[in-house]
Amino acid sequence: MKVYADNAATTKVRPEALDAYVKTSQTLFGNPSSLHSEGQRAKELLEDCRARVAAVLGADPREIYFTSGGSEADNQAILSAAKSGALKGKKKIVSTAIEHHAVLHTLEKLKKEGFEVVLLPVDGSGIVKVADAEAAIDENCCLVSVMTANNEIGTIQPVEEIGALCRAKKVPFHTDAVQAVGHLPVDVNKFGCDYLALSGHKFEGPRGVGALYCRRGAPLFNLVEGGAQERGKRAGTEDLPAIAAMTVALELAVKNLPETAKTVQTLRDFVIDGLSSIPHCALNGDRERRLAGNVSFCFEGVEGEALLLYLDDLGVCASSGSACTSGSLDPSHVLLAIGRVHDVAHGSLRLTFNENNTMEEMKYLVEAVKTVVSKVRSFSPVWRDLQTGKRQYIL
Amino acid sequence: MSLYSEKVMDHFRNPRNVGVIENPDGVGEVGNAKCGDIMKMYIKVENGILVDVKFETFGCGSAIASSSMATEMIKGKPLSEALALTNKAVTEALGGLPAYKLHCSVLAEQAVQAAILDYYKKNNIPYDPADFKNALEEHGHGDGDGE
Repeated sequence: MKVYADNAATTKVRPEALDAYVKTSQTLFGNPSSLHSEGQRAKELLEDCRARVAAVLGADPREIYFTSGGSEADNQAILSAAKSGALKGKKKIVSTAIEHHAVLHTLEKLKKEGFEVVLLPVDGSGIVKVADAEAAIDENCCLVSVMTANNEIGTIQPVEEIGALCRAKKVPFHTDAVQAVGHLPVDVNKFGCDYLALSGHKFEGPRGVGALYCRRGAPLFNLVEGGAQERGKRAGTEDLPAIAAMTVALELAVKNLPETAKTVQTLRDFVIDGLSSIPHCALNGDRERRLAGNVSFCFEGVEGEALLLYLDDLGVCASSGSACTSGSLDPSHVLLAIGRVHDVAHGSLRLTFNENNTMEEMKYLVEAVKTVVSKVRSFSPVWRDLQTGKRQYIL
Repeated sequence: MSLYSEKVMDHFRNPRNVGVIENPDGVGEVGNAKCGDIMKMYIKVENGILVDVKFETFGCGSAIASSSMATEMIKGKPLSEALALTNKAVTEALGGLPAYKLHCSVLAEQAVQAAILDYYKKNNIPYDPADFKNALEEHGHGDGDGE
């Protein structure tokens, strides 16, 4: 059996989105900046897509900027707020320790340029405390950036509360909603955010396309110089087929959202319950406040890459936060932030589902993971030491 | 195109000489759990020949494959030959490793040396510390001969 359980990495494009892609590239291929009728028809579709994406987010169409994806949107939002803040002498940014690298690396860059970056910790379940945000936000803050939901451990952050806090303190608020849009109700007004980043391929749209919501009045500078596309904020001919496909995928994702989330959650809970019976393992992230399709575990005495490769042999596509899968020395910063020590963080496994997964797959998956964990442990000197008492169990 | 060569995947899927030797003549353990890889090598020696070798590895695919390959390359060989095993030879026998995985082959070389050193020490056999330079070094990533 083949089980694709890596939907947080990317998804299979849904047929309706693919149809929109093909149809747009074949029948609306004009450049939206062209004056002729082909161009103007394309322009109409572009603006129609903008309005539809805006409607899903509760935004005004003029607040939506199409980008190449979530990373670009995150970069543009953060760099814009920082640049604007610096002009006013405000050079402090508050974010969290568990952000995606699109946010963290942008902040590191700003740090080198003299910004003060405060990364809020998370508790053991991977959730930021609103009180910590409140304590960190002061008059020097030019931006607060807190992700809506975490990509590795699926935890849903208190963005509405933090948004309200930012409103009250008059500090711009950005949220990386790449993992949330299409999976959770996302409303820019409820969130109280000034910036929001989303990515098409996380909800069965194409990759290479995303959007930035930027509240009217919030500063926005372009990253690429060139033509006047996206009201001068993002140069380059719009990828209209991808934008059209993403729009269709987004509308379909939110159309039956409560029902879909419930179905996917049933799969998730089945897998969490099934894997919990493996000795010396732990679920990463909060049991309740997590994305409907996210399962993340650490298994003691096991290394994640070996787990993934053996699972791949059994037809299961999964992901891990082990150092070996990233080519770096350290395991995932998210797992370290929730207090997993290195030894344990190396043995992580992330399984992410969507509505294309079935219960039959989940049953197979749970057995496959059990088999593979036992196999890896059977020749792990760490596991032997744990079992013989030479090493103390952590989980 | 996959991450690893066919040879690496073969040794990863079907590791040779995996397990433990009860009452071994020498044991070597290198690496650490913090870095995400530990190799443990058990040896049985008769008349200066490695009559049996077994390994246990906590680590990624290339760590498992490297230890498996190393045991295959030294089993049945005289100690002097086993001591001459280099990470480069292990890597070559595996059909190459990605650059950032070369340290796994270094670990395999170190594990073999550590096991033999343990055997020498246990039996009060005089040895030249220069032969065990690598085994005595701290484990670090990014080591190894580049390809």
